[in-house]
Order: sequence, then C-alpha cells, then structure tokens
Amino acid sequence: MAIFVDENTKLVVQGITGRDGSFHTLQMMEYGTAVVAGVTPGKGGATFYGPNGESVPIFNAMDEAVSETGANTSVVYVPPAFASGAIEEAVDAGISLVVAITEGIPVLDMARAHAFARDHATRVLGPNCPGVISPGKAKVGIIPDQIVTPGPVGVISRSGTLTYEAVIQLTNAGIGQTTCVGIGGDPLIGTNFVDALQAFSEDSETEAIVMIGEIGGTDEQEAAEWVNEHLDIPVVGFIAGQTAPPGRQMGHAGAIISGSSETAEEKTKAFEENGISVAPRPVDIVGLIQDALAS
Amino acid sequence: MNIHEYQAKEILRASGIPVPPGEVASTADAALAIAENYGGTVVVKAQVHSGGRGKAGGVKLAATPFEAREHAEEILGMTISGLVVEKVLVTPAEDIASEAYVGILVDRKAQAATYIVSAEGGIDIEEVAHSNPDAIRKLIVDPRHGLLGHQAYWLANSLYEDPQLVRQGAKIISQLYSAFTGSGASMVEINPLIVTSDGEVKAIDAKMSIDDSELFRYPEISKYRDLAAEPWAEAKAREADLSYVKLDGNVGCCVNGAGLAMATMDLVKYYGGEPANFLDIGGSSNPEKVVAAVEIITSDPNVEVILFNIFGGITRGDDVARGIVEATKRIDIKPPLVIRLTGTNEKEGLEILAGEGLSAFTSMDEVVERAVQLAANG
Repeated sequence: MAIFVDENTKLVVQGITGRDGSFHTLQMMEYGTAVVAGVTPGKGGATFYGPNGESVPIFNAMDEAVSETGANTSVVYVPPAFASGAIEEAVDAGISLVVAITEGIPVLDMARAHAFARDHATRVLGPNCPGVISPGKAKVGIIPDQIVTPGPVGVISRSGTLTYEAVIQLTNAGIGQTTCVGIGGDPLIGTNFVDALQAFSEDSETEAIVMIGEIGGTDEQEAAEWVNEHLDIPVVGFIAGQTAPPGRQMGHAGAIISGSSETAEEKTKAFEENGISVAPRPVDIVGLIQDALAS
Repeated sequence: MNIHEYQAKEILRASGIPVPPGEVASTADAALAIAENYGGTVVVKAQVHSGGRGKAGGVKLAATPFEAREHAEEILGMTISGLVVEKVLVTPAEDIASEAYVGILVDRKAQAATYIVSAEGGIDIEEVAHSNPDAIRKLIVDPRHGLLGHQAYWLANSLYEDPQLVRQGAKIISQLYSAFTGSGASMVEINPLIVTSDGEVKAIDAKMSIDDSELFRYPEISKYRDLAAEPWAEAKAREADLSYVKLDGNVGCCVNGAGLAMATMDLVKYYGGEPANFLDIGGSSNPEKVVAAVEIITSDPNVEVILFNIFGGITRGDDVARGIVEATKRIDIKPPLVIRLTGTNEKEGLEILAGEGLSAFTSMDEVVERAVQLAANG
C-alpha cells in the first residue's frame, strides 16, 4: 500500500503548458503516473504529448477536465498570483487531493483557499512543497524519482532537498519507502505532520516513519505528542535549523523562529520526550531506521 | 517586509483610523522645525525596525523645540538592536488617560487572521499573555466572511465599559481589518491605542509587517522598503532572487533548498565550525544566480572557505557547475572552494568542474568536514 497517491491516481496538471508544468508532466508520465488531463485557461482543445507520444487532452477549466476524464487528483504549477484560485477551482470540481507545488502564494490567499478546501473535505498538500511519491506506483510533484525505491519506510518532511538527502541515504542503504511526502515550507499548509502520520498509521505496509522538521511554528510538537498517544510503529526524527538565528526567515516563508517554542532545540526536546529518536546528522537517520526496523 | 512606524501610521490613517499627526526628520534641525510648527510638547521617536525602542532610549519627550532638537541629535545615529537610527518621527505628545492593545496576525494553527486585544496596553503583549492571560481577548476571523460587526463590538467590549468608547473602539477595530487585508499585511499592531482625557480613542504607536509574497499587488507599499536599512548583501540577494542571512562564522555556505541549507549550517557546527551565512540559491538555478551567490558570500570578510552543497532536483548540477566556473572567471575569489554536487545532471556537472581543475565530493559529511578544516587553517 501507500498513502495519498498510488496506481489508482488519475492526475490532472494545472498549468500543464508552463515551463515547470510541462517539464514535470513529462517526468511524472515517464515514472508511470496516469496523467489524464491538463488545464490551462485559453488553451482548451489542445493536446499535450507525453514522453512516448501519449496524448493528454488540455481543458480550459477544471470542471470539464474532471467530468471528461474522471481525474481524482490535481497538481498545481500555476504562478503565485493565480495559484490559490487554481486550488479553489480544483476543490470545486470535486478533486479529492490537490498538490500545490507553487512557492510564494500570498498567505491571506491561502487562508481563504484552505477554508474552502476544509468546507469541501478536500485534502490540500502544500503549498510550497515538492509533492508526493509512492515508489513504483505514482509520483505527483517534483521529487526526483531516481532516489526512491519501494520498501517499508514512510517519509514526511517540510523541506524538498533535505528530504532528497535523507531518502537517497535510505535507498543507498537498501531501505525502501512506501511513500515520501513533502508537506511544504509555508506557514499555512493543508496537510500537516499529524495528518500525514495518521495516513501512514492506516497503511499496513509502513513499518517505520522518518519525520523531518525545521524551525518555525509548533507542528512538530503536536506531531510528537500524537505519535506518543496514537502510533505503534517507530518514528525517527531530524530537525533542521539548530544554527538559525531567531526572527530571521530562513528561505521557507514558514521557517522563522517567532517564539521560544519554535526553535530546533525545543522541537528536538519534544521529539525525544515522546519517544522519537532524533538523528544529529542526516546520515544518522539510516542507522536509527535500521534499529527501528530490527526491533 | 517590516515597515517603519510612520509608514504604518500612513496606512492606518488612510483606513480612517484616528492617528495624531507626525513628520519624519533625518536631521536635528529638521526635528526642531517640525516641533516649532506643532508647538507644545512633542515626542521624538527613533524609526528603526526593532522593538524595545523606548527602553533603548530611542523615544523621548520634548517640552520645547530646542529640546526636540537635542533629543533628535542624540537619537539619530544611535544603534538599537544593531540597527543605526537614520530617521526620527516627531509627533505632538498626547494626554493619555488609558492604554489598550489591538493587533492582528496570521495564526498558523487557525490558518486565519486572528485578533488579539487587551485593555492592558503600552507593554509587550507577550508579557501580558504570560502574566495575565485573562486580560487578552482573541478572535479568529473567518476568511470567508471577514470581520463581522458584532465581532468588532465583542472585541471592543473587552477594552472599554463606556458605550461611547466601545463605539469608537469597534470602529477602529473594523478599520484595522481593512488596513490589514488591504495592504497584504502579515502582522499589524496598535500599541498603545489610547483614550485621551477628552474621551477620544487614538492610535499613537503602530507596527506592521507586509507579506513579501503579496507585495506585487501593492507597488506603493513596496516603496516603503528602507533601502538604507538593508545591508548591501541582502539587497543584492533580493535582486538575484536568493535567500541570504548573514551569520557570524567563517564557513560560507551556498546550498539549493532551504531545509538542506539549514541542515548544512547545522552540520558545519557539528564538525566544530561556524557557518558564515544561510544561502539558498532556490530551485531553478541559472548560472547567473550562482555567480551572484558567490559575490554575496565573498563580500563577507570573515569567510575563509566557500562550501557548495548541491543536491540536484529541479536544480540541475550542470547549471550550478557552469555558474561556479563562471564565478571563478569573473570574481577574484580568495577563499578556497569545496564542492559537493549530486542528483540531477551530476555527471555533466562534474565534467564541467573537472575541465577547470575543480573536483567535487559526493557526500555531504565529507564536504562539510573538509570545509571546516580549511576554515580552521585559514
């Protein structure tokens, strides 16, 4: 099994004709993801050609794309000024999972889009996330697929390249993954650690979880408590930003220490107090996961 | 983006909130002229992106224009939290009967704009939250409806008993929501919101941050950016679309991705070194961005070594390699370069580097250890 995306995923790409959208659509199709439609307003009726010449129909709007193709998942590569509107349109069209890759969407736009998605019980992943990949099944987003391999470990992270760093070390050590999920580096995200942990807890094939957090907010603390109370598989953690100064935004819009509980130190403490082993270096995740899987 | 008090007050005034007049001076003589014009007692206030201005001696009352000039002379050029004061705001002193606090921020958990109000104003709201949490009233604004009329009254009711004051307070609270959403703010704070002895409610201090992602909608607010308060390296990083934060160490870091950039700094520390900076070159890295990154890092005289940690995803290894080669040709780089390059187009990237006699590591630990060694010997 896997979480969020698998062989039943039927994907529509919002912004399929853009530079990033078209590049990553080819990559996703190459990996075997069923891309059934694309949406770019004004380009309806055109066709997108896959890596092996497959035709993907392009629609002007999400409702047509969904009713014509039965798509159940969408991925958003739309520029920041229009991205929250694209998410809302996907929600309204009855999509069950919207993966928002776009970075730099205004926070108040996302407050409205998240509220709209909650009203329709639609899951939003991100924004400002690398997406999700279930090795051997489907990839939605931009995670490089050559670094993953099927196996028993679930990976959840707020970051992109740091996730790749952790995942390739697992893969090189012969430890595969059920699903790798990037939840995003923005302050307002649709799927947080607890949501992803909950999904993994219901996945019979996930035997251990790697959770990669960073400074800013207190999601990690809530996740740690949730793990302690509800989860019976082991979790290994890593927190980035031990050396980050307070009050400064470290790249991600959400990576800023605005209160004393938002530091790497406090998050590490919360992990340890709730039975999550914390890797001091990314490379140490491998040994801790090996121990966790052996126990 | 943080803006100054006088700029935040302009936004509040434009939304109809009663704010006493004020003018900005960058010389002591100009401060004197403004004080003369107002007559009576004025307050001279340092305009700097930092809290605790009062405690640092950056806010002073002046009974005469001459005294205003004296205070301005002291305050201009003063350093508060490492920032030099370039401007002072001169504003008539108000006759204060009581002080309240009204603020809006974006609450991460509620995923919405959230009001925080308290009848205990004039002091740090975090202190009130700690010492007397019952004195704070909070309201999460549903982004689908905005602030409703009765909600503004509910908040104002916790500040005042007199119906006259409640009415004024509720109006200001509503106007503040328009100011907040109408300027792409991520935080606004009126502290204190005063009642004068004549029973007028007024905002006499204000603080505001604008969401960088929303600035494109408000070109007039973008002009509020204080270019003088921004160090050269940060301005350059912003132009080149890089994220850069200067730190105090000597290991210069150039990384793709914010999480990996933080983890790289942490690993420098783990191996006994100190990072000189956070720098994320971002996703799509054209060679020009890498050149700009090297310029920024080398502008820091403390840097003894430049560490590249590149994990190609969207970022292509060959683009970064081209950027590094280009940088070595255009810039006279004194510190040694140590490079780790893996992921997308790794092979092509390594070939480009090898062509210029540069080699690269594939492991993050190896490259960081090497960089720390070189920095220690430098």
